[in-house]
Amino acid sequence: MHELAVTEGILKTAIEASQKNGARPITAIHLVIGELSSIVDDSIQFYFDLLSKGTLAENAALRFRREPSVAICRDCAHQFNATAPLEPQCPQCGSARLQVKGSREFFIESIEVEDENTRR
Amino acid sequence: MKIPVVKNILNANDQIAADNRATFDELGVFVVNVMASPGAGKTSVILATTERLPKDVRPGVIEGDLASRIDADTIAARNIPVVQINTGSGCHLDAPMIRGAILNLPLDAIDLLFIENVGNLVCPAEFKLGANLAVVVASAPEGHDKSYKYPGIFAAADAVILNKADLLQVFEFDIEYFRRGIEMVNPNVPFFPISCRTGAGVDAWLAWLLEKQKSFAEDRNQSVIV
Ligand SMILES: Nc1nc2c(ncn2[C@@H]2O[C@H](COP(=O)(O)OP(=O)(O)OP(=O)(O)O)[C@@H](O)[C@H]2O)c(=O)[nH]1
Ligand SMILES: [Mg+2]
Ligand SMILES: [Zn+2]
Repeated sequence: MHELAVTEGILKTAIEASQKNGARPITAIHLVIGELSSIVDDSIQFYFDLLSKGTLAENAALRFRREPSVAICRDCAHQFNATAPLEPQCPQCGSARLQVKGSREFFIESIEVEDENTRR
Repeated sequence: MKIPVVKNILNANDQIAADNRATFDELGVFVVNVMASPGAGKTSVILATTERLPKDVRPGVIEGDLASRIDADTIAARNIPVVQINTGSGCHLDAPMIRGAILNLPLDAIDLLFIENVGNLVCPAEFKLGANLAVVVASAPEGHDKSYKYPGIFAAADAVILNKADLLQVFEFDIEYFRRGIEMVNPNVPFFPISCRTGAGVDAWLAWLLEKQKSFAEDRNQSVIV
């Protein structure tokens, strides 16, 4: 899977952001993952713990926020959660005329670093 | 202390994809990223398409494959410039791989470059290569539920080809059901049922592709990078 490449991307981006802001140790990384992207969060933490050793991001916690996708029925306007595999029919009226709105994005929203005074 | 970042996680890859694209644009190469499951017919579609190209649209191919050279040899046998990228255990091509591959391609003798991605319906959709178009090839034997199971890749498609249409009945493939799944995540995306075996439908796909290639030849400043 591609989680290794994704983890490397997270690490690099987070460390660059810390370096631009005084190079303080990173305590948390906030990630946003669109439901239609194919990123699996469980394995990312595993790779992250390995790759972050000895870096500014060692011990940082990964905080995932999944942006849910929503299916909208074009016939009765009912809205429901859309995860793969997608429902072929509206659970309310049975219509197959559905539209899914969701994002394929995955990005780092912010990082948290140690405050000046809590510095080791 | 919180520091806002807001950067795509694959930012490094995206930047190299943009570099690739700058190279292609400069040399007037129109690039198509072909994504599909293993065996759906990526190589067959590329061959069926290149066979029918007008003389003034010269093809080239980058073949992504886990280990073999089989597909690249097939292409080379037709005297089409081709470079093989072996990804080893990698499940997708990425922009740096393309950057390396194009050093070994005569880009100034290519107008239309096909990139055959690694057979996989998940990972390739996340990695931009620097192409102008992303085309997903599905095929009748895979079943009509694939658009529901892998919405991400169908959402990323600029066109969807349904290959092996000669086998629709054998596999009881419900084309409308399949298409509704695509339309859910990607309304009005061009859809081409074709058969590389019989040639049915290939002309409609080719006409659409050449239209895109032509508009690129007239104006290379197309911003979307895939
Ligand atoms: N019946 C039928 N068979 C086809 C068609 N197109 C391709 N095939 C067969 O499907 C098999 C796979 O085709 P390829 O073009 O090698 O598929 P691919 O997606 O490039 O495969 P990999 O690169 O190995 O992932 C071959 O045996 C082809 O002859 C078609 O339209 N109809
Ligand atoms: Mg192939
Ligand atoms: Zn409904």
